[in-house]
Amino acid sequence: MDIIAVKNLYFTYADGGEALRNINLAIPRNQIFVLFGPSRAGKSTLMRLFNRLSDLSENATHQGNVLIDGNDVFEPGTDVYDLRRRISMVFAVPTPLPGSIYDNLTYGLRMSGMRDRAEMNRRVERSLQQAALWDEVKDRLKTSAFALSGGQKQRLCLARSLALEPDVILLDNPTSGLDPLSTATVEESLYELKRRYTIVMVPHSVQQAARVADQAAFMLDGEVIEVDSADKLFIHPKSKRTEDYITGRFG
Amino acid sequence: MTRQQTHRIAITVMTIVSAIVVIPIIMVIGYVIWMGISAVNWEFLTQAPRNGMTEGGIMPAIVGTVILTLGTAIVSMPLSIATAIYLAEYAGDNRVTRWVRLAMVNLAGIPSIVYGLFGLGAFVLFAGFGTSIIAGSLTLGIMTMPVVISTSEEAILAVPQQFRTVSLSLGASKWQTIWHQILPQALPGILTGMILGLGRAAGETAPILFTVAAFYLPQLPQSIFDQTMALPYHLYVIATQVPGMPVSIQYGTALVLLGFVLSLTLIASLVRTFMRRQREW
Repeated sequence: MDIIAVKNLYFTYADGGEALRNINLAIPRNQIFVLFGPSRAGKSTLMRLFNRLSDLSENATHQGNVLIDGNDVFEPGTDVYDLRRRISMVFAVPTPLPGSIYDNLTYGLRMSGMRDRAEMNRRVERSLQQAALWDEVKDRLKTSAFALSGGQKQRLCLARSLALEPDVILLDNPTSGLDPLSTATVEESLYELKRRYTIVMVPHSVQQAARVADQAAFMLDGEVIEVDSADKLFIHPKSKRTEDYITGRFG
Repeated sequence: MTRQQTHRIAITVMTIVSAIVVIPIIMVIGYVIWMGISAVNWEFLTQAPRNGMTEGGIMPAIVGTVILTLGTAIVSMPLSIATAIYLAEYAGDNRVTRWVRLAMVNLAGIPSIVYGLFGLGAFVLFAGFGTSIIAGSLTLGIMTMPVVISTSEEAILAVPQQFRTVSLSLGASKWQTIWHQILPQALPGILTGMILGLGRAAGETAPILFTVAAFYLPQLPQSIFDQTMALPYHLYVIATQVPGMPVSIQYGTALVLLGFVLSLTLIASLVRTFMRRQREW
């Protein structure tokens, strides 16, 4: 079964602006699934519905279903805090919380009620290694997370999500502010990560989408225009609009 | 005239105007120190008044004001912070919050003597506390609430939105987010507002006039249901009600009260500066 399935999903903001229209998607496990398209296409809005961060947009309305492992996230009994730990989001602007690197990495765990120090230490080390940050920070885990460089902060935020051992990682343009070298570091770690996790990502550019994606969906004005495996979609797109976008004719 | 010249003239004018604002406060403080410093000594600070209050010290009034300030904090702080959290994080904009805000604006505008009368009716008589520290603290606490609520709400709203989003995205509940992220970061602002509110409460005479203040009570209060002397009321008494009062004792009392209130203000700015420096973003 696909880990995420979206069926006939509509989403409208409080001001009446329709952000998503009739979205249908199936995201398989252990792949990098890329949502790409011009700005205001609804990519981030769609990702935020996967773990109900969309709840933060007051008075927004939705129709249709978002199924995680077959369970609708909008079912009344859903444990939304648990959902957000399982479907964990990394934001475009790397935002450490006030406190040390260690505090950041264990924040989600502590909030879930974990008290086991040894388990937390194990997860801190493992998530930092997975995010390719361990060697740079292992001697200063108790120092402020704000002292890290931009690229390190973004990997810290990735590690902070990984420490939760989620099923899905949502990456909203995770390399937006990074230099090419840091971007390469993050991209490389993604290939490792998809063996363990499912990754849904809004890429920085079409080039990045083509580099990292297993499957990709092209979005435009709140609709999914085309979904296909990356091999097909970036080489022989079916839709004229997809082709125009990836060849740089608009966007 | 060149732009540089107009710029320079504007700066000069603003500097002078700002200096003029500072002059009255320096004169007030300077005059009180000049007139009162001779009375302030160890005996003055540690002894009870003697001989119809014309001799001895003002120790019971100092202790009373400290107790009342603490009592005000105990009453006002939890209520104000809870209200501020509710307004900033939960309430949104609806009929209830509009009423709460309207109430706050009006509370802030009520003359302090009216608080005093209200405290007499509600706490001294109706609740049956009598003229007591608890009645006075409740009255002063309610009086300081509007300013503490609005400064706390501002401090809470000033915490950047992304910290809330990140905390929630890591599976924290709304309350956990408030407790672990918002309140620690808003604390300098909340404490500053609180201490400034207490500074005002410490110097007020009217709210304590009917609710707690004793004309002359050389021994210290034994419980929160006792009366106590307090500096502002004592000052009022010795300035207007006691014939043959040495001027130096009046101004000495004023100086002690001024020192107490100014040190609260000073603590507020130290707290703010220190905690701001701890902050990393």
